[in-house]
Amino acid sequence: MSAPNKSYDPVEVEALKPEEIERMRDEALAAFAAAGDLDALQEAKVAHTGGTSPLALANREIGALPPHAKADAGKRVGQARGAVNKALAARQTELEAERDARVLVEEAVDVTLPYDRVPAGARHPLTTMMERVSDVFVSMGYEIAEGPEVEAEWFNFDALNFTPDHPARQMQDTFFVQGAKGADSDGESGVVLRTHTSPVQARALLDREPPVYVVCPGRVYRTDELDATHTPVFHQIELLAVDEGLTMADLKGTLDHMVQSLFGADMKTRLRPNYFPFTEPSAEMDMLCYVCKGESVGNPDRSCRTCSSEGWIELGGCGMVNPRVLIACGVDPEKYSGFAFGFGIERMLMFRHNVEDMRDMVEGDVRFTRPFGMEI
Amino acid sequence: MRVPLSWLREYVDLPATETGRDVQAKLISAGLEVETVEQLGADLKGPLVVGKVLTIEELEGFKKPIRFCTVDVGQANGTGEPQEIVCGARNFVVGDKVVVVLPGAVLPGNFAIAARKTYGKTSHGMICSGGELGMGDDGSGGIIVLPPEHEVGTDAIELLELVDEVLDIAVTPDRGYALSMRGVAREAAIAYGLPLRDPALLDVPGPNAFGYPVQVSDPRGCDRFTARTVTGLSPEAHSPIWLQRRLQKAGMRPISLAVDITNYVMLELGQPLHAYDRSRVQGTIGVRRAEPGEKLTTLDGVVRTLDAEDLLITDDRGPIGLAGVMGGANTEIDDTEGTTTEVVIEAAHFDPISIARTARRHKLASEASKRFERGVDPEAASAAAQRTVDLLVLLAGGSADAGVTEVIAPSAPRTITIPANHPDKVAGVDYGRETVVRRLQQVGCDVYGQDELIVTVPSWRPDLTDPNDLAEEVIRLEGYENLPSTLPKPPAGLGLTDRQRLHRRVGRALAGAGYVEALNYPFIGTEVLDQFGLEADDPRRTTVKLVNPLSDEEPAMRTTLLPGLLGALRRNDGRGSHDLALFETGLVFRPTGEEHTAERLPVDRRPTDEEIAGINAALPRQPRRAAVVLAGAREQAGWWGKGRPADWADAVEAARTVAREAGVELTVRSDQHAPWHPGRCAALYVTVHGEETLVGHAGELHPRVIKALHLPERSCAMEVELDLLEQAGTGALQAPRISAFPVATQDVALVVSRDVPATDVEAALREGAGKLLESIRLFDVYESEQLGEGMKSLAYALRFRADDRTLTVDQASRARDAAVALAGERTGAVLRG
Repeated sequence: MSAPNKSYDPVEVEALKPEEIERMRDEALAAFAAAGDLDALQEAKVAHTGGTSPLALANREIGALPPHAKADAGKRVGQARGAVNKALAARQTELEAERDARVLVEEAVDVTLPYDRVPAGARHPLTTMMERVSDVFVSMGYEIAEGPEVEAEWFNFDALNFTPDHPARQMQDTFFVQGAKGADSDGESGVVLRTHTSPVQARALLDREPPVYVVCPGRVYRTDELDATHTPVFHQIELLAVDEGLTMADLKGTLDHMVQSLFGADMKTRLRPNYFPFTEPSAEMDMLCYVCKGESVGNPDRSCRTCSSEGWIELGGCGMVNPRVLIACGVDPEKYSGFAFGFGIERMLMFRHNVEDMRDMVEGDVRFTRPFGMEI
Repeated sequence: MRVPLSWLREYVDLPATETGRDVQAKLISAGLEVETVEQLGADLKGPLVVGKVLTIEELEGFKKPIRFCTVDVGQANGTGEPQEIVCGARNFVVGDKVVVVLPGAVLPGNFAIAARKTYGKTSHGMICSGGELGMGDDGSGGIIVLPPEHEVGTDAIELLELVDEVLDIAVTPDRGYALSMRGVAREAAIAYGLPLRDPALLDVPGPNAFGYPVQVSDPRGCDRFTARTVTGLSPEAHSPIWLQRRLQKAGMRPISLAVDITNYVMLELGQPLHAYDRSRVQGTIGVRRAEPGEKLTTLDGVVRTLDAEDLLITDDRGPIGLAGVMGGANTEIDDTEGTTTEVVIEAAHFDPISIARTARRHKLASEASKRFERGVDPEAASAAAQRTVDLLVLLAGGSADAGVTEVIAPSAPRTITIPANHPDKVAGVDYGRETVVRRLQQVGCDVYGQDELIVTVPSWRPDLTDPNDLAEEVIRLEGYENLPSTLPKPPAGLGLTDRQRLHRRVGRALAGAGYVEALNYPFIGTEVLDQFGLEADDPRRTTVKLVNPLSDEEPAMRTTLLPGLLGALRRNDGRGSHDLALFETGLVFRPTGEEHTAERLPVDRRPTDEEIAGINAALPRQPRRAAVVLAGAREQAGWWGKGRPADWADAVEAARTVAREAGVELTVRSDQHAPWHPGRCAALYVTVHGEETLVGHAGELHPRVIKALHLPERSCAMEVELDLLEQAGTGALQAPRISAFPVATQDVALVVSRDVPATDVEAALREGAGKLLESIRLFDVYESEQLGEGMKSLAYALRFRADDRTLTVDQASRARDAAVALAGERTGAVLRG
């Protein structure tokens, strides 16, 4: 930088001529506009705004001007530098945006690539179906009761009013457990694999004071060979309510509520008289076919596979708890009454999910179970 | 019970327009389970007529004998000329009356009849067998030969009652009366509100002293015995068509007239009867229990060794029948020689339990035993005997002997007292007294009283014993379908128990970790326990055994979940799924060794707590377990990189996953335990009530086990006892305090002997580092020559943080040094330079 020179004539300073300053500004603007990327812009920036750029040099000359000329020249240079910096910033922003956009494009992936690094697991639909049915009642205030699968005959039969020679007792194809005498000990142990979840009713009544409201889901056993429609090991869910003043209408209402919860608001049940030792009166319960809603009956154009165009699907057995069962469990039948029902989970799974072969539910094939996921 | 609609109409005047389906719906609603309605002859079309065989020409030269016949069918063929028919049956002769189907007719199975050339002749129709007409095949292969009295040209569709509907009713064990036309008719009459013509209302002569002698020695087993005698039976007499047809439609085969009549009356009245050939019975007919070891050959030709509880019919020589179950061969009616001309009819009532036991003991369920077990109307016995006598007189030309024997043990009809509103209270419906009384009277009860009803139940309803039985009669007749729908209001419940919640969480956690649930049969045999390599005294060999297993190879209940789960693994692998992770939660059955016979407690009162504890002690322990098995890849290879095979660590991690759900920290130690690989087996411990308790094992399976069970290489497994994990739960978690001060991280690499468990090193580091240690993580393990033979390097990242200040590097380093020092002292670990 040169020292102030009071005698210096401003007109002789070429760089500060207005046309010169305009030219420098325009050159800078043109260079920025021409910069195709951030590197080029950086070069242009150094060239046109750096310490040795024409405008910077011109600015330096201002100090050498006579006082009356300084303000004028300073204003001109200042305006020019302002315009240049603004243009630089604008171009900078523009080029950065372009670069960012380009990088994101380059980073793009095929998001449709499959990802089965650890394939999903699943719970068995029988398990989740039992939970789902149980939860309908748990939300009403019922509790879940459980009992042993290897069960005393007294609980499985006697307490439920199956007398030792009752024909119904023979209807149940019971697995008997060996006693001390080994294989020849028919009935000697007094222990069986439970043939239904009903013994849990007796246990629940012995464990609790009325009112008793329980559901009992679980595994049961009968001596059927496995085929498309039978399995020796299957699952039931049982319900028991014992309270003052319970009626068959309450049983009907509870069943209606269950099928509505599981199959939709327009569902209902139908009771038909039947016989079970542990209920009196007893009934067979059917639910309206949830597929055709009964409209397939007598209507060949609308035949229904789910209910075989019967309009109703057989669900299981139910009734008012036989007072003899209450007596055996220490509940006063003069004061309390109750209702109970039970049905097979396999059957419900078969018609609700169109399972055609019982074996699919027992073989543990992952191709069957996996699609059911975590809940049903 | 098969009920032909035409037969039912004999007792109830059902509207002529009612179809079998209509009657089915009514009876179902009344509680009779009508399973099917069979349409007999629905697609049958005539002409089908009676013909008389005029000539028979035997055709020669064919593989089987063939006859060319001319048959007189009257005007049925429009010409009156003999009909020329080719026939392959041989059980007829010239002059026989037969059933002829003419061209233009359609037989069951949509079998259209036309004139056609066969065996060199033109056959203008067919001579029919029972099978071809849908009457039920009698197995003879022969054509029907009709009794001679039927006119040629008569319509055989009507004559043979070929068009009918048959209701098939599955009778529940309480409704013995519905195993008769009389019982079903009673229900139909009530359902339609029509009167019943009760076939048991017959004039029966009173007993007298000159009937066939009968001696009942066991009046509890046999409370009624009626004997009647019919003589002068014509040996040539055969069952008329109507009788045969009713038996066939009801599902029984016609045999001989006397037998057919007893079967017919049994179907009609529900009373099982027995006809003895009088010439073959010697002396007094007796009823007594068998002597142990006594023998009887029953009608089916089987020699039966009798039990002291079996109730017998005897004569002077010994047993002649198993009472109420099956007659003996020695007094059988002769239905082949046709020599029986005098019969003694037995209509008795036996104790249902005695009959049930005998039938079960001898595995001999007969039409008679089925009825006695379920309850037969004792008051109908003499009517049934009379009906049998009447039919034998009518159809076999016999004479009724004037002697009538009746041995009757005195008994009073059963009465039940109920409040008149009892059915209302059971149903939740206001029926009112009048309805209750009317309905009870309809089922045959006598009812007295106002607010308290004294109800005498009819003799044919031994199932009506309790107030609720009467309530059911009223409610079913008023219609179950008319019950309102109301919801009870249970008291607020507590939701699931901790054990139930844990069970569900474990299932979700394992499924979330990629395991698929399999529910396997719990049956095992000793073979799999041998394949597992269990020692002779391994407690898993002590099993609950079944008396009647489905397979003799698997007679016991599982003591571990693994056999079933490994079976499912092998099955899946065999079906082409090779990368497998399966789980199961369920009970195992572990005898305590203390089991005794579970008592049959009384049912007329609550058992005492001691009694309940007594029968519970007769049961094995049945803890709930969780198990997983793994094979193939745990992580798949893919575009992201390499896959990873399932290994022992996955199995141990599955155990941790389960334990985490129980809120329990697992302690892992190496162990040697079948069926696991002795070098890759982890024993899993938790603290239950202050004591360290083994809860299960995890790791890779023993190569020998894998080979023996044909499992995929390197299969892994884990099994833990959920009930123990639940007990180990520490209750509500204490929330951690979160320090806002910065963390100081220090890494250490320690060299220890290869056989020092990492868990010991970590425990020492933790303890040595003190309370400033926030977390510790093993991030590398390796062995190399530089480390020296039998040594390994464990690299840990230690994170230190204080609750109340920023730690200096010095403070963190001092804590680290203390950690390393204690690890050195405890495990010989040396800081790597």
